[in-house]
This record gives sequence, C-alpha cells and structure tokens, in this order.
Amino acid sequence: MAYTIRVNGARHSVDVDDDTPLLWVLRDLIGLTGTKFGCGMALCGACTVHLDGAPIRSCVTPIESVGESEIRTVEAIGETPAGRAVQKAWTDLEVPQCGYCQSGQIMSAAALIAETPDPDDDDIDSAMSGNICRCGTYLRIRAAIKRAAAEAATQAKGG
Amino acid sequence: MRGVQRIERPSGLAPSRRRFLVAGAAAGGGLLLGLSLPGLGGRADAAEAAAFAPDAFIRVGRDGRVGFVVPQVEMGQGIYTALSMLIAEELEVPLAAVAVEHAPANDALYANPLLGFQVTGGSTSLRAFWEPLRRAGAAARTMLVAAAAEAWGIDPAACRAEAGAVIDDSGGRRLAYGELAERAARQPVPGAVRLKDPKDFTLIGTPAKRLDTPAKVTGSAVFGIDVRRPGMKIATVAACPVFGGMLKAVDEGPALAVRGVRQVVKLSDAVAVVADHMGAAKKGLEALRIAWDEGANAGFSTADLVRDLEVAAGGTGVSGDQAGDVEAALKGAARTHEAVYRMPFLAHAAMEPINCTVELRGDRCDVWLGTQVATRARAAAAEAAGLPPERVTIHNHLLGGGFGRRLEVDSVTQAVRIARQVVGPVKVVWTREEDIRHDLYRPCYYDRLSAGLDEAGAPVAFRHRVVGSSIVARWIPALFKDGFDFDAVDGAAGPPYGFPNLLVDYVRQEPPAGLATTWWRGVGVTHNAFVVEGFLDELAHLAGADPVAYRRALLDGQPRARGVLDLAAEKAGWGVAVAAGRGRGVSLLSGFGSHMAQVAEVSLAGDGSLRIERVVCAVDCGRVVNPDTVRAQVEGGIIFGLTAALYGEITLERGRVVQGNFDSYRMLRIDETPAIEVHVVQSDEAPGGLGEPGTCGIAPAVVNAVFAATGKRLRKLPIDSSELSAS
Repeated sequence: MAYTIRVNGARHSVDVDDDTPLLWVLRDLIGLTGTKFGCGMALCGACTVHLDGAPIRSCVTPIESVGESEIRTVEAIGETPAGRAVQKAWTDLEVPQCGYCQSGQIMSAAALIAETPDPDDDDIDSAMSGNICRCGTYLRIRAAIKRAAAEAATQAKGG
Repeated sequence: MRGVQRIERPSGLAPSRRRFLVAGAAAGGGLLLGLSLPGLGGRADAAEAAAFAPDAFIRVGRDGRVGFVVPQVEMGQGIYTALSMLIAEELEVPLAAVAVEHAPANDALYANPLLGFQVTGGSTSLRAFWEPLRRAGAAARTMLVAAAAEAWGIDPAACRAEAGAVIDDSGGRRLAYGELAERAARQPVPGAVRLKDPKDFTLIGTPAKRLDTPAKVTGSAVFGIDVRRPGMKIATVAACPVFGGMLKAVDEGPALAVRGVRQVVKLSDAVAVVADHMGAAKKGLEALRIAWDEGANAGFSTADLVRDLEVAAGGTGVSGDQAGDVEAALKGAARTHEAVYRMPFLAHAAMEPINCTVELRGDRCDVWLGTQVATRARAAAAEAAGLPPERVTIHNHLLGGGFGRRLEVDSVTQAVRIARQVVGPVKVVWTREEDIRHDLYRPCYYDRLSAGLDEAGAPVAFRHRVVGSSIVARWIPALFKDGFDFDAVDGAAGPPYGFPNLLVDYVRQEPPAGLATTWWRGVGVTHNAFVVEGFLDELAHLAGADPVAYRRALLDGQPRARGVLDLAAEKAGWGVAVAAGRGRGVSLLSGFGSHMAQVAEVSLAGDGSLRIERVVCAVDCGRVVNPDTVRAQVEGGIIFGLTAALYGEITLERGRVVQGNFDSYRMLRIDETPAIEVHVVQSDEAPGGLGEPGTCGIAPAVVNAVFAATGKRLRKLPIDSSELSAS
C-alpha cells in the first residue's frame, strides 16, 4: 500500500507491502544508498538509521511501523552536533578501511553520544557491539567515539 | 641458511617484466603518461602501448589537477592513497592534488607487475608498484620541467619542481603544471629518470590522510552494491543448496503474487526473482518452493572431507623444500615428536554481500561491481554473454571488503546469465545466507609434522606434510607444476629458521567437484604460520626452553626476523610473570616480503571461556609509505585472524553449508577486541606487503598463549572452548 515517510526532513511516498523493510525503501526506492545491507537480520548493524533520534536496524523495520517518525540516515547525520563530531573524529583518526560498515557505525556512535555525552568503555561496548566491522577497525572506533564525545562537549560549552 | 635449498619462486612472480613508458596529449588538453606491460605470455611494444594512451595512469590537466587511474583496487587497505603518494612524491605535487579513478579492465596497461595481469591480492601492490609508479611520477615531472625550460629558453637543469609548479630561481619565474601540461605532452619521454634519494622524501613515510575517508564518513562512497541505473531492477538468487546440484522444477506463481516482483528467472542451477526492490525480491524468493536435483554431493559432509584428507596424508608428497637428510636425522635424534594440525573451510564474509549489476544492449554488455580482477570479470561476462571481451565494459567500484572473495568471478557469470533473460539493467544482490553458503572457501588443511631433537633439545629434523586442495591449480594452472602448489606450503617452505634437516612436502586432495576453494586473507601463510609456529612451540616446551629463546637460537643470519622477535618480546614484557589464569604466547613469520612477531596475552575464566587481553606486534615491512595505514592494516589483520581463530568454520552436512548468517558464522565484535600495540621497525629495505601478515600471526600466538596458561595444546582451529573447560 502507499506510505509517506519523512527522511532527512523530506517526505517520500512509496507503494510497497506493509512488511517491506525500511532498508530497501531507503536504498532501492528513495535512492539513499549510504545505508548499507549486511545481513538482513539485525545481526551486523550496517543498516543502522535513526528513528526520532534512536538507532534502529532498518533491515528489520517494516515500513508500516515508521508512521510519522522522522528518519535520519548517514547522508544527513552531519547536520546534528553529535553526528558532526563523530564524522570529524572518524576522519581525524582514519577509522574507515573498506568503509562499508562505517555508515552504520557512525549512526550508532552518533546516537550514543547524543544520549550519553561522556561514554565510558562499557557504554561503548553496549552501544557498538551490534555493529560488525570485518576490516577490524574497532580500536579506532572506540578511540574516535571518545574523541568525538570530548569534542562535542567542548562545542557545547563554547556555545 | 645452513644449506637449505630454497624453492624457486614461480617465474610468473618475478618482478622483472619490462614496462614501456608512453606519453601523449589528452583529448581535453594536458599531459598523459602511461606504463604498459606485456601480459602473461604476451608481448607489447611501445607503439601498441601508445594506442592505450587515453587510459593512461597519470593525467596532468590544464587545471593542474593530477588524475591517477589506479591499477590496484581499494578494498580498505589504503592502496589508493599509498600509490598516489608514490606518484605525488616524485611528481612534486601535494597529495590533495591527486584525483584517483578506478581503472578499467586492461591487462596491457594495468597488469600487476608481480603477477602479470590486472589483480589486487597477495599483499603485492606496494611491492609491485613501488618502483614503476615513482618512475612514472619522475618522468612526468621531467617532462614538465623540460616544458618550462623550453618556454623560458633555459637549461632544464636550472629549473626545479615544487608543489605543482616549475621554478626558475635565477629568473624569479614560476609556471604552474596546469600551464605547462600541453607543452609537456610534446616533450620526449625520458629514457631514464633519476629517483629521489629517500632522505629527500617529503611525503613517503609520513602519515598522510587517506583520500577515500571523506566519502566513507558521509555515506557518499559508492560500492558496487550502490549502483543505480535508469530502469534498473533488483534480483536476488538462490543457487542449489547442495554444491553441484541443479534446478529440477519451480512454480513461479507464489513469487509473482508478491507486490513489486516482475519476473522469475530460471537458470540450470539457480532461481532468481527480479523485482522493483530487494525487499520484494527476497520476499518473492522466500515464497517459492524449489525442487532441486541435488546430484552427487547430496550425502557429503565435513567428516567425509576430513577422512579424505587423512587418507591422502598417507600418500606420496611432492617436495617443496628440502635440506639435509630428514629421515636419517629423525632416526638419529635423541627424541622425536609428532603432531597433526587441522584447519577448517573458511568463508570470506565481506561486509558488502556479493553483487553484480549487468546491462545487455544489443552487442554490448556493461557490468558494474567491485572486483579484484577486472579483466577476469570481463572475460567471464563476455563468455556468459556470448560476446567478445572488447564488447564488455567493466565499471569497477570501491570494494566493501575483498579478502580474496572478489578474486573470483562466479557471481559475474551468474549475473550475466540472469541478465540475458531480463530486459534492461538488473542488479543481482546475494542475501547474506547466499553469500556464506555459496562462497569459494579457504581450503580445509590437514598437516602432519615430525621433528627430531638432539640431546640439548635443538630441532635437528623438521618434517612437515601439507595436505589440502590446490587453489593454484585452478586459479593459475600455469604455475601448478608436477603436482606442486607453492602457495599451499608458503610459510612452511623457506622458513626463517635454520633447520639443518628439513622436508616440506605437499599432497593435493580436492573436495568433490562443485565445491571450489580459493584465496583467503593471508593465503598460504595464514595456514602454515599456525601450524609451524604451534609445532615449534611444542618443541620448545619439550626442550624445556623459553619459546622466544628457542626461536631466537634458530635465527642466525636472519637479522630482520630476529629483530621483530626481540622487539615484540621486549615491548610485551616477555619474561615478566603474568597474572594467574593468564598466559603469553609468541609467533613469528616471514612472508609477503615482511617480517612480523606477535605476542598474545590471554586469560581464561573458570568456565574455560577465553579472552584475548592484549596483542603486541612488531613488524618490519621495509620502507614504510604510510605509517598510519601500516598500523591500521596490522590492527585489522589481527582482528580478522582472531575471528577465524575463535569462531571461523564452515561445515557441510548433506552437501549443504550449515552456517548462514552472522549468528552461525560469528565475527569478532568490539567488546571482544583486545588492546593491540603495533611497533614498526624503521628500515631502508624495499617495501614488503602488509595486508596479510597480521592475520597470519595471531592464531599461533593465541594457541601458544593458551598452552602457557593451561598446558592445553590446541592443534585445530577454530579454538574449541569446550576443550578448555575440560582442562
């Protein structure tokens, strides 16, 4: 059936089955290919997007459950303070290797920092252990999250 | 090496192939420069090579931008940046001035000089292009300088190049490369160029920012799976779950009833559902009840595979490395020791599932994907399309992980077969389950070892038989000679250790037809480093020796290997007692032109659960191009190898792969990742490969650490934690 969803501040209408995962609506119908397919079962986190600011796995999120919620994808995460700080830290520390999982990593990390401004190692483990990186960039992901959190805190103080 | 007879490197791997430097004017103005290399068995002359000028490596445009068509593919290893650094260093431009492009399929222009055709693999890229690309950069600089000198009417020797411009200090003049590009194109190609003295490097050896990072943090990086074409459909596919089986029958109805599904395509061995989006294609495929003719492998299981390897181990081996008289030395030894080591099939599980987009239009075929072997992909597409290769265009992309999986073109063949039945472009995307279950696996290996020790415990005899399938025989048959596979014994043959009596041999044992094996990160060394380093640790223990000291004593005349061993031991605090329940283990390897030692520290909980606490790695990879990338590759390689050591195993039951997704084929996650320290030896030696050694050295360091902690010797991967709780 027809659905209109809000993605990165724009409205998009699609005509798909109710159970169609949001991932394919984003990638194949709207053309936002920054969000990646990795497993289709919420096991790897490559498809992570934000639904009203909370990280969700779009590969198991049926379109019918989205409603009026605001979807944000990696293409627009730089518009949030946390997302901007995460992208900068990711660049400064050269986190990506192949880069395929990094959209999902960045979305999980941005949600973590937005929710927990000063995450410790346990916070990072719990927020990020659902995101697989086959290239093994985990050490840099951890360091970059800490750096981004510090950066975001400084920005917030500086007003 | 105490009389050890080294195996000859296969001739196809010799870095001696002559290259032709060609130059010309770009269509839009500017300088083009290319390197042409005769393909395997072929010959090219300069005139022939010049015809390829439009695809040249280096283009200096009128805007001063340097375009670089990169012969190697970027799959995370940072090669786009490292190779650009080589050119920028000699061309005297800032790295940011280099704009990289994916290379089209063309062996004449983009062959890997070490391997003879267009391929990215085996940690060869820097070794292969270290000199040719610096020479190309220096040639372009020489021509730009000559152009400026000509414009000014002065001796080129009076000019110098700096930051994208030629400068005449005496005249106080400066011309930017962009202004010189067209005149430079008319200069003769220099016959010989002088390369910079390494002490004058300003870019090589510095932690340069990766060129591909910005796009990878904004979601704008385009992988093969991200391709979009006008009118494109998405297909997903199910091949017969039993290897070698065929399609018997399928009723298309249930798939066609799904909204968005357009078509069901039947191949002889697979069914594809074509739809408007992947969600519909998957739902359609899941709705089908497919009848398969399972064929000859329907009863095959991993147990059969292991039994076949065990039986083959009793056969006749082909010698891969021999020194002295190992049989006599075993007979005369004070004591002997034997062991069997086993390693499983492994899937690659790159995060970007296998995919390939194809559009057939009349007598043309366009293919979009990420591949490590562009010309092989073109040949596969051409054969499947029934077209000559020159009618096929390969559009290569960033690879969402390669690890050897994208050295294969099975998915290209399949996608073209599907596309032949579809009107318009179609993107074929495999589900993760299809990706795991229809991979070509790292071979399952069975290794049998014997050693003889003298009274003092030194290994006077070392015999190692490798049994497994041959990737070389299938993938590069020209290099498979007299039953010998150089890759299968790589890391066992030609060891850094001075064994006075050594015999390494190989017995080929293939799985049933339809079940192919292929390269996997670390290739032969991943397997043999585990076996040799584990077994050597056993010998050290029998000798009552410290594992580091025992190895060290065997490294006379191997200063680089000994250097990394000493460095890793020092940095890890080797010899300082560890806490109760913990253990340290060491591994050493020489491979890919590099040397690496790792010390792993592990802890065991009361229930036998194993945790890797810390890894200290020392690496000597010769001259370092980008030190930050070296660290990244070692960190990532270790994590990749840890996944395999702890979890990696593909098993078969009734001819089917049991594992299917990341729940059953586990990956290491952030909360399981140890601290990793990488110590890089400063060296003036030629660059060695570094994409793979990290992966190779971690499993033996971990099992040796487990032994130190528990006294339990693990000879089979992946590590079975039930064995540890039983201890």
